[in-house]
Formats: sequence, structure tokens, C-alpha cells
Amino acid sequence: MESIIERIKQGKFWHFHGGIHPPQQKAITAENPIKQLSLPKQLILPLQQHIGRQGDLLVVVGDKVLKGQALTQSSNPMAVPVHAPTSGTISAIKKSVIAHPSGLSELCLFIDVDGEDTWRKREICQDFTKLSQQQIINKIADAGIAGMGGAGFPTHIKVNTKPNINFLIINAAECEPYITADDLLMCEQSTAIVDGIKILDQILTPAFILIGIEDNKPRAIKALQQATKHIEKIKVCVLPTKYPTGGEKQLIKILTGKEINSGTLPVSSGIVVQNVATCFAISDAVINDIPLIRRVVTLTGRALSKPQNVWALLGTPVSYLLEQTGFTNEISEKKSIAGSPQPSPPVIMGGPLMGFSILNEQVPVVKTSNCILAPSKAEMPSAFDNNSNEVDCIRCGQCSDVCPSQLLPQELQWSAKAKDHQQLNQLNLFDCIDCGACAYVCPSQIPLVQYYRIAKAEIRQQQQLDIKAEKAKARFEARKFRLGQEKIAREEKHKKAAAARKATMNEKSADGGTASSAVAAALARVKAKKAAQKIKNSNEPLASSNEVTDEKSQVKAAIARAKAKRLAKEKGTESPVANNKEQTKTPAVTNNKTQSNVVDDKKARIAAAVAKAKAKKASEKQSPVVENNVSSEQEQVTASENTTTEAKDKKARIAAAVAKAKAKLKVMDKAQQAPTTNNEKST
Amino acid sequence: MNILIAILVLGLIAALFGALLGYASIRFHVEGDPIVEQLDALLPQTQCGQCGYPGCKPYAEAVANGEAINKCAPGGEDTIKKIADLLGVDVQPIDENHEADDSSQSNRPKVAFIIEEDCIGCTKCIQACPVDAILGAAKQMHTILIDECTGCDLCVAPCPVDCIEMRPTPETIQNWQWDLNKIAVKQID
Repeated sequence: MESIIERIKQGKFWHFHGGIHPPQQKAITAENPIKQLSLPKQLILPLQQHIGRQGDLLVVVGDKVLKGQALTQSSNPMAVPVHAPTSGTISAIKKSVIAHPSGLSELCLFIDVDGEDTWRKREICQDFTKLSQQQIINKIADAGIAGMGGAGFPTHIKVNTKPNINFLIINAAECEPYITADDLLMCEQSTAIVDGIKILDQILTPAFILIGIEDNKPRAIKALQQATKHIEKIKVCVLPTKYPTGGEKQLIKILTGKEINSGTLPVSSGIVVQNVATCFAISDAVINDIPLIRRVVTLTGRALSKPQNVWALLGTPVSYLLEQTGFTNEISEKKSIAGSPQPSPPVIMGGPLMGFSILNEQVPVVKTSNCILAPSKAEMPSAFDNNSNEVDCIRCGQCSDVCPSQLLPQELQWSAKAKDHQQLNQLNLFDCIDCGACAYVCPSQIPLVQYYRIAKAEIRQQQQLDIKAEKAKARFEARKFRLGQEKIAREEKHKKAAAARKATMNEKSADGGTASSAVAAALARVKAKKAAQKIKNSNEPLASSNEVTDEKSQVKAAIARAKAKRLAKEKGTESPVANNKEQTKTPAVTNNKTQSNVVDDKKARIAAAVAKAKAKKASEKQSPVVENNVSSEQEQVTASENTTTEAKDKKARIAAAVAKAKAKLKVMDKAQQAPTTNNEKST
Repeated sequence: MNILIAILVLGLIAALFGALLGYASIRFHVEGDPIVEQLDALLPQTQCGQCGYPGCKPYAEAVANGEAINKCAPGGEDTIKKIADLLGVDVQPIDENHEADDSSQSNRPKVAFIIEEDCIGCTKCIQACPVDAILGAAKQMHTILIDECTGCDLCVAPCPVDCIEMRPTPETIQNWQWDLNKIAVKQID
């Protein structure tokens, strides 16, 4: 640590591996001051302008917004808000092409500028040293500041770290050709930048603050040295010009000699790196309460007649900026021809090495856009030529000589072409910083870095798919398990239901008297009746004495009925209708009537009445029994009965009464739909 | 005598190694068939049943038992290649019967989409979904959980009102793939 500081004080620095020295091309814009542009008519603000997540909208179409008003908010720490860069009306919220190499559309806010540029209420902070750490971090978060160097990592997360920060490194290297935005910002706003650095110093309390700046910016170096000369802690480190000095890990290596482990953040080594433009934005936000609504953009390239750095409001369409700087291209008219997805003169957002062609000039400036490059054909012929001039790799090894991450670009290229993701991971593809140095030096003009970008995207995609497959598998297994459980539960239920059914059946038949047991009861009755008849046939008195009283009466009733029938038959001449009825219907029916309730009540009643009448007559007449027109079945039944009943008319009468009563009972039974009486009789 | 000693010594050694092997087979016993797990990991887990098996795991088991390796339509050639590598067999062209439908121009993965105004809430699709990615109740409108849908197609056929269709997932910044043809190679001189 001490030795590092000693070495830095002596102006000795380390080196990173590789690197290239492309033509600077910075002189095109470095001499002109930053120009204030008039307000454009419309601003297009993508909701997401940085790594992380987009916030939730706070405005709707038609809302009047003031300059600096927050338009989104989010409780997610990885989201930073977007602010209105000027006053106006929200005219639309819809998908629009954004600054991304894909040329895809994302949700954007369209603001119709009213031209008045009215500020919201601002609270200007006179003395930021009185603010607490958390207050400053909140202000940075509310101002929507995201790293302005490249990736756009939310700044409030980067600075909200635990203590033990050894080095705060301010990245002022600006190593990519053409770009002079930070250079001019340092020249013109060095005091504000130093204020921003002081604010960061207050939050992070680092042991030492290093400003890394390349030696191709003499004016900026002078301005910074002037602004920091009374501050012991800050050291302006003038570094030799080499691309990519401005890479985070490369800058750390040059200044401190430390290497950041693959896959870890510099914070873990006690180092925080902030871009110089971010420092300016922080001072603006904390001191002047100006959220991040503007930035310096370098408009450069030989296709512009007035290349210049400008203060561009976020959301300004690139076409407006190009108009302002005199975008004169001999083929610019061609772009109006419909059907061409890419405008003929290429416009590159970002630098020539790490930037990307924009497919639509309506693309707005966002928090990370530092340069718009419109090259002429002579300047960058390859940008005009969509056909790749790629030839086979000759294994010269120049790419690995220049790789700042000490990877093996040539090996990576082959694996990327073969889509061998495992091998790519082994070759540490994800340590590649996309600097493009390998593609720059390649004599075969292989667009190496594009292959890596594709491979990285594919691997990320594959990882997502793997996660999704894993999830699908888990859900499938869970579903299978659930269905299995349900099936078991169902079977269990069925079993239980069956058992319950059985139980209730047994229970009810024990009670005697439900429909389910009727059949069994009927069978029992039939058996009982047969037994009774048998006994009666052999010796009646014994049987009657042995039988239960119920059964006795039953038997008696049957006998009475049979007798009555016979008498009725005798009296055939007196009541032929009744007789006929009896003869045709009763043989089986009357016997069964009392026991198995098959016959309807009407019949039973008639039969009883007839029986009664007959019994009366019989007793009066005392006539002998003559068997006439009797069926064989009836004969069997009645034959045995003759002995007991014929002589005693009294008995017969009683029996008839009983029969009648029984018939009545039957009627009642029928009405109640309850065969209980029968059951009782049988048992 | 020498011969007896030799037989004795060799017999002892054989017994020793036999015991050692027997012990090892118990001590290092592997439950289940590891090849099935490896095969299952290679399959896309769409659980679509297009191979004729009720899910990816059953197909993995079948492949381990000698089923053809070219029946996974969602996995396509890549999966066949990987399975062939794992099993040390020849790569086979994908089975015609199990070929994915390539008629659509878009090669983006598809997910099911319920046209909600047509849905009658019959729950038939819910029963068909192998990953429980459809939300709904009887006589209530159903909807697809896009993040959980594997695009297996199984819910399309049971729908009595044909209100389910397969739609390609929207292309976003997050899932966009660099297309080399789109990018002009930028090189400064």
C-alpha cells in the first residue's frame, strides 16, 4: 500500500498486457468548446437507459412535466429514475427504437417540448460537507445517475459500499479514438468535477484518490492539476496513451499494479472506479439539485461539416444532433428510399472500436451515449461495406499479443465458431471486455470481437434455457407427485366410501326395515312360511303351539282366507263376479299377499270383504265343502285346512275378521311404503 | 509340493481380491442408473411427450434401455448429438415422425397463448399441461404463465373451442442474439 503510493508519487506506473495505438482522431473536436444546443421539438426517453431494471411510470399521456421532474420510480435498487430533461407535455408512451445494437424497440416516453424550459422547484445545497453519507447517496439515487462511461451501472450502488476503500480512481483516460467529451468537460468544468470528487471522497473515505488521464489531453491535465493543487489526497496521474487504458481493470492495473480476479468486482480489492463525467453529474445533483438530464456528446466524423462536442439533453434524437452539426453526406438522400433497414451513411453510437451502428436516426441520446460518429467513406470504408472481408485465420498470434485481458483470441474464435461453450468458458470468454483490439490488429480482418459477443449472448441464453429447463423439470416432477397423491387420496376415498356403504347396509338389515334388506327379508319370510306350512301339513296343533303368536295368527289368517275362498267358490251362483275374480287371480296371489306384499291394496281389500261375506254365508248354511273348479295349487293349501275350520263357523268368522284387518293393515303399509309389518311377521 | 504352494498362494490371492471386490461393490454401490440422469440432463425438459413417452425422464430411461435417440423434437439435432456423444453411438437424423414443425419462419421459441375472449373455462388445457403453466378454474377464463410455459403444444389439442395458439416469444434486448450479418465490421485506418 505505502509502496504503491510512493511509486505513484514518483510518477511510475505499471503496464497492462497488450493494447493498441490506433490513430487518435481526437483533434477533430478537441479544440472547439462544448456547444449549447437549442431545444429540440421532441424528446424520446427510453425508460431503461442502464444496466438493471426499468422503473415504474409516474406520468400518463397528456401530463405537463417540468424540467427535472422524475418520470419513473422504483423500489428496486438496480433501477434508477428517469427525469424530464426540459418542460413540456407527455405526448405518447410507446415502443420506439432505442440505442442498442439490435435496433429493437423498447418502451419510451415522448415529450413535446414547450420551449419554456421551466424548472421544478430546486433546493440548492450550499455546503455538501454538512450532508450525511446516506443523504448524499439518496440524492445520487434520486438524480438517476448511472455510470456514464459505458455500461451504465447505477452509481448509488457503486458508492454505497462498506469502508476500507483504499483507492478511489477517477477514470479520465478516454482512450477510444475520436471521443473528446470527457476531455472538454474537464477543461471547462474542472471545479465542478473536483467538487464531485470531494463528494465521493466524503462518502467513500478512500485512502487515496487517483485521477487517471492519458497524456494526449494536455489542456485537461492542466485544468485538473490547477483545480486539485491544494488537495493533498488527489493525485492526477498522467498515463501514456494506449487503448484500452480506460478499461476498469486495465486502469486499476496501470495505477496500482493490482489485478482484479475474474468474476469479482474491484470493490472486493478496496478500489472504486468512477468516470469523470459521473463525478460531474454527482456534483450537479448534490450541489445544484440537477438530476441527470444532459450530457456531453461528441459529434464527430468526417461526414459532419461542423464536428463538435455538445450539451445534449437526454432523449434528443440523433437525427437532430446530426442536423445541428451539418451532417453532409453525399449519399444522405438515399436513406429516404424506403425498404432499406439501415441508412446508407453509417452512424455509429459510441467509439469506433466499441460502438455499434444505429439502424434508425430517431434513436435518442441516453445516459451512456458519449459519442456519435458519422464517418466518411474515405475515413472508414469498412463501415460502408456490409460484406465482410474476412479470410481464414493465419495463426499469426497478433491478437493474443494485444489482448488486454491476456486471453487467447484465436482459440476463442475457433471455439466460438464451433459453439463449444464449455471450451469458451475454460478460455475465460467472460473476461473479454469487448475492446476490439484483437479485431483491430487482425490481418485476416476477422471480426473477432463480434464472434465473442455472439458467443456471450448464446451462452447467456443457454444459461437462461438451462434454468428454465430445470424449473420445468421441477414443476413436472411436482405435478407428477401431486397427481400421484391425488390418485392415492381418491382411491382411499373410494375405499372408505365402499366400506361405509357396506357398514350402513349391515347396520340397516340388523335394524330390520329398509329397502336394501327387503329382498333378504322377503326370502326369510318365504322360508318361514314354507316351514310353517310343512309343519301344519304334518300336524297342525304342534306347529301352532310351537310357532310364535304372530306367525300363528298369520297362518290362521291364511287359512281363513283360503277357507273363505273356497266358500266363495261354493257360492259361485250367488256372486259370480267375485268368485271369478278369486279363482283367476288368487291361487298364488292371496297366499303371497300377506307375506310378500306384491299385490295391490285394492285387491286385498276386495278379497277380505269377499272372505267376510262368504264366511257369514257359510256359517248360515253349514253346507259341506265341495271342491269345484279349484286349481291344484289351491287344493294343496286348503286340503289340510278343512279339518280344523269347516266345522266351526265361529272360528271361520274370527279368521275372516283377522283377514280383513290384515288387508287393512296392508293398505296402510302400502301408503307408508314401509314393508315393516311383513318383516316383523316373518321374524 | 511346489505346485501345491503355488495353488495355495494363487487361491489365497484370488480369495483376497474376491473379498476386496465384494466389499467394494457394497461400499461403493451406486443407487439407480446414472446414465439416465445424464440423459435426462441433456433433454430439453419441455415434457411435451412428442417422443411418445410421458415426459423427458421416461424417454431418458427408454434411451438408456435402447430406444432410438432421435425422437426428441424440441431438442433437435443438438440434443441428438449430445446423446450420441454420451452413449458413444452414431448420430442419427431426427425421426421424421418426431420432426419439429419448421413451417413457421420465426425460429424463436414459442409459448402457448390463450385467446381469452374465446375461453369457456373448461379446464381441459389445465389438465393437459405437464408443467402447471396454465392458470384458471372451471368456468373462469384461463391464462398462460409465459415464464413457465415450455412450448410443448400439449394444451392446443384438448381445447374444445380452439382458443389456444402457439406464439413466438417477443424478442427483447435481454434475449436478443447478435447477428453477424447485421453488423458492419468497423475498422478504422
